[in-house]
Order: sequence, then structure tokens, then C-alpha cells
Amino acid sequence: MSVTVLEGKNIVRDYHVGGGLFRPSRTVHAVKGVSFSVDKGKTLAIVGESGCGKSTLARIITLIDPATAGELFIDGNKVDIARDGLTKEMRRKVQIVFQNPYGSLNPRQKIGDVLGEPLLINTDTPADERRDLAMKMLKKVGLGPEHYNRYPHMFSGGQRQRIAIARALMLNPSLLVLDEPVSALDLSVQAQVLNLLADLQDEFKLTYVFISHDLSVVRYIADDVMVMYYGEAVEYGSRDEVFADPKHSYTKTLFAATPRADVASIKARLAKKKAA
Amino acid sequence: MPLLEIKNLTVSFDTAAGPFMAVQGIDLSIEPREVLAIVGESGSGKSVAMLAVMGLLPNTATVKADRMAFDGVDLLELSPSERRKIVGKDISMIFQEPIASLNPCFTAGFQIEEVLRFHMGMDRAQRRARAIELMKLVGIADPEERLNSFPHQMSGGQCQRVMIAIAIACNPKLLIADEPTTALDVTIQKQILDLLVGLQAKYGMGLIMITHNMGVVAETADRVIVQYKGRKMEEADVLSLFEQPKSNYTRALLSALPENAVGDRLPTISDMLFEPAPSAAGSGPATGAAP
Repeated sequence: MSVTVLEGKNIVRDYHVGGGLFRPSRTVHAVKGVSFSVDKGKTLAIVGESGCGKSTLARIITLIDPATAGELFIDGNKVDIARDGLTKEMRRKVQIVFQNPYGSLNPRQKIGDVLGEPLLINTDTPADERRDLAMKMLKKVGLGPEHYNRYPHMFSGGQRQRIAIARALMLNPSLLVLDEPVSALDLSVQAQVLNLLADLQDEFKLTYVFISHDLSVVRYIADDVMVMYYGEAVEYGSRDEVFADPKHSYTKTLFAATPRADVASIKARLAKKKAA
Repeated sequence: MPLLEIKNLTVSFDTAAGPFMAVQGIDLSIEPREVLAIVGESGSGKSVAMLAVMGLLPNTATVKADRMAFDGVDLLELSPSERRKIVGKDISMIFQEPIASLNPCFTAGFQIEEVLRFHMGMDRAQRRARAIELMKLVGIADPEERLNSFPHQMSGGQCQRVMIAIAIACNPKLLIADEPTTALDVTIQKQILDLLVGLQAKYGMGLIMITHNMGVVAETADRVIVQYKGRKMEEADVLSLFEQPKSNYTRALLSALPENAVGDRLPTISDMLFEPAPSAAGSGPATGAAP
């Protein structure tokens, strides 16, 4: 039987933009009542353009920001960090990987310390155990023990994203939020990181919330897809449903705008060009 | 006569560890009215080769070529001031990060008019009229108003449109677009690509499209050059490249597209290339080749 790891009911997030002397304050509705649920070992992809609220939603799911209204359940327990604060047990359940691997690692921290830090903060694992766990995790994500004492600038973009993934997995989370994890990477490196994510999901039975604006990546990795537009979920369903029969006009626009790299569409374009 | 003809271009950078060869013997030519795409990963030298044409590389770079001729004139033999008359006028370039490549201290209108003042010698009224015309051409709504906007007041897509307006201001013969849509959303990407290809057809420009996105190549190019680690791997017209890629590297690139995934795993470049990956992670060229 499938277990629901993450469930959101009518999540709302408003931001208050403070006014100045001559400017009234106003409220930005970043997320306007979004509901979703993800089962264990599955991947929910959230798609939308910049400014549609997908990263705001990611921050709410990762328990960084509280929701203004609505209910969030993780492993069946209701979580409200605005009221109860964030416990270490909750932090161990949810982790995030950010978009830009160049910005999300501290340039003055060695990789070993990067990986040990989540354990240092959230658990009382002794130092030698932290070291062993970090070494093991480096191997899991396709790096080696020789990388333990290096600094982030000594790594390429793909390697850094592996480190960010390793750091997120140090606490054995059940839910991993991936905020555009491959959009800053080259095509071939993107393929490696996507393969790594698929392997790790199988091995640790991870649940992913995968945020992206690249539909071809979403089609490859997702089980369920949610399309967001101006803070609202305009389309939500299984991958095959959404890709086979998009209902909302924005989803259709999104599909039409995605460049196609198949021979038939190149032929069609060249024929059109010749005729013009 | 080809519009741009490059023979055996080599660019090396002086580094503490000796010279680093970013481009190693590239041949390239583009005819008038042609759309050429240069594809490769970061570090493959695709941007560096075009920056060498523009003469925009820093002092640490050494550019060597048997021939680098634009419209019959050898660019390497020109004096810097003569070259500046061609660059920005007959050859112009659009860069990857639209918001970062505009000057934040000046309005969009000022930055468009600057090119017109420098290259066309227009007076104030002519410049203003032409700037408004250009902004309409690249599809910016309300151009009179937008001329007075600063880059931070506009979205990424609008900034890229202003960049394009600057680039086509002097009716260039060759437009080089360096990853023009990488920083933009898919829906905006589609609009910008349509705009570029439309302008190219309307004014009969040559267009060089530098990209790592195979979808962009498929949607725009006539002919494609594939580059890897500073070397040309393959050159073909777009249909035969996608139908029958000749080099292993091109095949690897195409199969790494998520939409071409067979089964659960994506094939990666290092799976398919005969040479072993540089490290355990195999994340390709790591050292700073791209500017």
C-alpha cells in the first residue's frame, strides 16, 4: 500500500511589500491555495515560469518559510512552523537542493565540513562517525574519498551539484525538494545528475518534489505533474495525463513553446522556410 | 564569397600553469543569409572563438589564425581603430545574460542611441526616431515610455529585446547570438528565437547561433558545427546532423536529451566516448575556459 509522505491542502502565501512615505504598502499573493499530495518513492514535478510561485512553494514544503494559510502534512503529521517552530526531527525529514551549485556551497568550507555540518547541527553524532558517513556519501554520489579535503572552487558545476545532493542526503531525509537542480548544467552533465537522482531514489526510497521549467526533464523524471501559473495550480495530474491531454491554455502554450529536436519537426520547419 | 571565413583559428590563454588552449584549429565559414549554429558544452571554446572574431578577448589571450576575413577584409591585419568601425556595425553580438550585459547606469534609450551616434553619426532627433523604430521592431510595447527605463525596471525578456535592438541598430551583415535564450523561460525563449529568425530573414543577415540546447539548434539552424574541447567534431546541415550524426560525440549529445531516453537511464557523454572521463564524476571540462 502506498504511503503519503507529503500532503498540502490549500496552501496560501502572501508577501507584504512595505510602503514608503509616498507609497502605500501592498500584498503580493505568491501562492494562491494550492493542494497536492505525493506518495512514498514518487516524484511530483512542479512546472511554471519564473515568478509563478514555484520556488515560494518549495520554501514552504522545505519548512523554510511558513505558509500564510493552509495545512501541510509530512508523514501524516500536521506541520506548522509559524506556531511550533521547526524541530530537529522535522529538519531531518525534509531537505532541499538549490538551483545554482555555484552559490549554494560556502567557498571557505571544505567538502568534508559541508557534508558533516547537517549532522553536527541536527544530531549528536561524534566527529569520527561524521567523517565516515561523509566518506560513504561521497562514494554514493559518484565522488571519491580524495575529494573530502577539497574546496568548492576545485569542482565543476556537475560535481558541485553532486555535493549539494550529498549534503541533502546526509540526514537520511524521506523527502527531497529539488529546486531546478539541473537547469544550470550542461546537457551531458544534466544526464549524469538525473541518472544519479534516479539511482538514489531507488536505493533510499526517496520522495522528490522536482521544480523545473524544462518539460523534457519533467517528462523523464516525474510521476505526477503540477503546472503553476500566477500562484495557482492550473493543471495537476499524472505525467501521462498532463502530457497526453493538456487542458489549460497555459499548459498548451508551454508545450508549444518547448523546442523540439526530432527529425520530423526539422523537416517541417525547412519545408516552411522554403515555401516562404 | 563567404561573409565570414575563418581558417585554423587558435586561441590560447596564459595561465599560471602555462598556456591553456581554448580553441584548437577551428575552420568556419558562413554565407550571407545563412543561419549557422555552433553547439557544444561549456568549455568547448564556442564563445571564445566568436569573441576572438569580435576582438573582445582580454590581454591574456593569444589569437592566431591563418585567415580571419569578414566580407573580404582580413580582420587580423586591421588596426584597432579600423576594427572598431566594423565591430558593432557590420558584425554585432548578443550575449547570454541580458540583464548583466546592459549598463545599469543608463537608460535603454541611451544605450541604443549610443551605437547610432558612434557608428551612424546621426543627430539627436534622428537617433530618437530610429531608437523608437528599433524598439517597435523587436516587439517592445510602448517604446516612447520604455526608452527612459533602466535595465532593472525591465524583465529579462525585455532586456534581451533591448540587446537585440542595439545589435541590429546599424543593419549588421552578421549577427552573433551567444546563448541568447539560456537565461529565459521557455515561452519567452520561443518569442526571442522567432524574433531573431524573423529579423534574419527580413534583413538578410548572416546569423551565428551559439548554444548548448539541441532544441534551439533544431528550431533555427541551416547548418551546424559541433565543438568539443576546442576542436570541431562535426559539421553538417541540420537535417543530416539529426538524422545521421557522424561523430561519436554528436551521437552522445543527442542521446543525452531527456526526450530521447530509452528505458530508465539516460546515456551520458562519458558512456559513449572512447576516452575516459577526466575524474570519477566525469563532469567534463572543469577549468575556466569560458569567459
